[in-house]
Amino acid sequence: MEMWFSDIHTDGVKLSIRIEEQLFSSQSQVQRIDVLESRDFGKILVVDGDLMLTERDEFIYHEMITHVPMAVHPDVKEVLVMGGGDGGVVRELIKYDTIEQIDVVEPDPLLVEVCRKYIPEIANSLTDSRVNIYHEDGLRFIRSKGDAYDLIIIDSPNPFGAGEGLFTKEFYGNCYNALHEDGIMINQNESPFYTEEAFQCQRMHKRILETFPICRVYQAHIPSYPSGHWLFGFASKKYHPLNDLDKVGWKLRGIHTRYYEPRLHAGVFALPVYVEALLRDVENIE
Amino acid sequence: MERSKQTRAPIYEALENFRRNRVVPFDVPGHKHGRGNPELVQLLGERCVSIDVNSMKPLDNLCHPVSVIKEAEELAADAFGADHAFLMVGGTTSAVQSMILSCCKKGDKIIMPRNVHRSAINALVLCGAKPIYVNPDVDQKLGIALGMKREDVIRAMEQNPDAVAVLVNNPTYYGICSDLRAIVKAAHDKGMLVLADEAHGTHFYFGKDLPVSAMAAGADIASVSMHKSGGSLTQSSFLLTGKGVHPGHIRQIINLTQTTSGSYLLLSSLDISRRNLALRGEESFRAVTALAEYARDEINKIGDYYAFGREMINGDSIYDFDPTKLSIHTLDIGLAGIEVYDILRDEYDIQIEFGDLGNILAYLSIGDRIREVERLVTALADLKRRYKKDKTGMLSQEYIAPKVVMTPQDSFYAAKESLPLEETAGRVCSEFVMCYPPGIPVLAPGEEITDEIINYIVYAKEKGCSMTGPEDERIQRLNVLKNCEVKEYGNVVF
Ligand SMILES: Cc1ncc(COP(=O)(O)O)c(C=O)c1O
Repeated sequence: MEMWFSDIHTDGVKLSIRIEEQLFSSQSQVQRIDVLESRDFGKILVVDGDLMLTERDEFIYHEMITHVPMAVHPDVKEVLVMGGGDGGVVRELIKYDTIEQIDVVEPDPLLVEVCRKYIPEIANSLTDSRVNIYHEDGLRFIRSKGDAYDLIIIDSPNPFGAGEGLFTKEFYGNCYNALHEDGIMINQNESPFYTEEAFQCQRMHKRILETFPICRVYQAHIPSYPSGHWLFGFASKKYHPLNDLDKVGWKLRGIHTRYYEPRLHAGVFALPVYVEALLRDVENIE
Repeated sequence: MERSKQTRAPIYEALENFRRNRVVPFDVPGHKHGRGNPELVQLLGERCVSIDVNSMKPLDNLCHPVSVIKEAEELAADAFGADHAFLMVGGTTSAVQSMILSCCKKGDKIIMPRNVHRSAINALVLCGAKPIYVNPDVDQKLGIALGMKREDVIRAMEQNPDAVAVLVNNPTYYGICSDLRAIVKAAHDKGMLVLADEAHGTHFYFGKDLPVSAMAAGADIASVSMHKSGGSLTQSSFLLTGKGVHPGHIRQIINLTQTTSGSYLLLSSLDISRRNLALRGEESFRAVTALAEYARDEINKIGDYYAFGREMINGDSIYDFDPTKLSIHTLDIGLAGIEVYDILRDEYDIQIEFGDLGNILAYLSIGDRIREVERLVTALADLKRRYKKDKTGMLSQEYIAPKVVMTPQDSFYAAKESLPLEETAGRVCSEFVMCYPPGIPVLAPGEEITDEIINYIVYAKEKGCSMTGPEDERIQRLNVLKNCEVKEYGNVVF
């Protein structure tokens, strides 16, 4: 018997992965959650039919969204993770013993439960004593926060659907307000390749530019995501992503990674010409 | 209401039948189920264009319903607690005008609050009736017009015992209701009809703990915007009549101006939406109210905004309040409502219903979810952080009591001249001026132009209100009466 899961990338493109077994499927208050087992990508977390992460390549995404700001900001103590109920970002964060508090805002309790059960290697990080999980709407949570965090990581999958509110100007504005005066905000910035996503890339970049004085975009290669070419946004009140990179300091921490590396750090901010042009398009409006 | 019958939707069912029979069309519309216009099909979809058809026996005829449209009307009447219901395809404008035209002719007096929608005064231009305006009460802090005070309406009735009807907003755009039952009783005691503009009151017929609907209060005719809170397609509405109103006469009046090619998209949407409200309206509107209450609490927590609610009720000019309405006073952050309206759209991609000088109105309905409400609240918090400034010098008064000199019809058709706006003080206007939305005229034909009105127009334009009405689309000039003698025609202006 053949069973295939298809992640729809555009109306005309999909990525199909052969599935050995469906491990879990349920509809929560917020969304439909599925866990699939595959030979080539390991376990796959699917939310509302969209591929969220695979065991095989999730380290790339989670390392790149976490270690880039951590190697720049000299003294991160309080971190907010928006979304991130799978625990991937937190797994990277708890490698830093200088971090004192990690708040995770994940609206869907079922997602956390399912991840703890089916991908414990990732989600068990959420049991770390520094972690507080809030099952709340992200917008509602952030509204009441001011001057509270050194780092905010927006780990929300999809600018359409339940997480839409985390891709808006009002959200970025409230994040700005929730950060200390030298805070950094990182967001997953979609792929620049397909037309619809490219448009979302631009919109996000524009919204963040309007809010933060320092905004740069960096990239990673994530095989299971649409086009494989993925962008992240680095928005900051004070620190520059390259000028303030502390390569030696980071190395001395002795953190084990499989993708991130300070030498790579400088490179990922060098973007392909067409991506530069895409971003410049909205930068020039200012 | 007979619940079991309400599961039916006769127009929708007839259309489904029609579609299944694959009838070959040698009649209009000429797109022939979309085949002649592929781009239209791409935009609207196969299903939609395939039911855009003409009146025919199996589908009945809106101008003279005898079968499925008649049944749909009967079901709607039952659902709304009316004696008769008419399906309207020309917006609530056509319903308001038909209800006024059905009871007023030239020279008749009709009592109405001055904060009516333009459609009501337009009807007076058409038929030549005389408006007897009751100035609505005004909330000084918010700057908005409220309902009518009982004593003001009753005084207008006593001073004009020959008036034929009273028109009431149930509720106003902001969700404010006058004491409709008391007005109905007083009017009926004097032999006057009561007409209700319920453009914003569809849900009153279905929800629990909402203000009284016109039919339940004993009003004679009501215009109900099914396409606003009822969920039907834009431009579709109901006209409802109570006991003692002759439906044949109303139908004749409607047919004076109604199209002979009523759209089945609109008609079927009325049918399906009526069914939906009859079966599920109560729980849907309970959810909308809860959402609005949540939004009010959260917005008031931000500080400096005031999202007003039932605490406003005062037993008279705010006899009741529609809790599904989410209006927010913005002046305390130093921005006019219209400025907040523009910023929300341009910077936050949030489109709200309207902004006036001191307030915004976000329209909540059966289609809203909590996540969009969170966006609105969060955007308002961010907007305040970024834009808050001193509010001195800001105007707030939305309502200016009119000085009526001539009937709308006489002045609309009289000899006129065009003058620059600044030079019009003291002259009589022959056209409408209003911000749209909400579409409540600041000037109507036959009213004297004052410095206060000119200031309002200039200020509202400067703040970015979209103003409409005059021939001059930039509203730099107004048409005024030529040989204007300011003669009061015996109107009562309180
Ligand atoms: C109070 C009132 N009456 C009547 C109308 C007219 O409705 P329609 O736009 O459906 O013609 C409106 C529309 O905004 C309104 O607000």
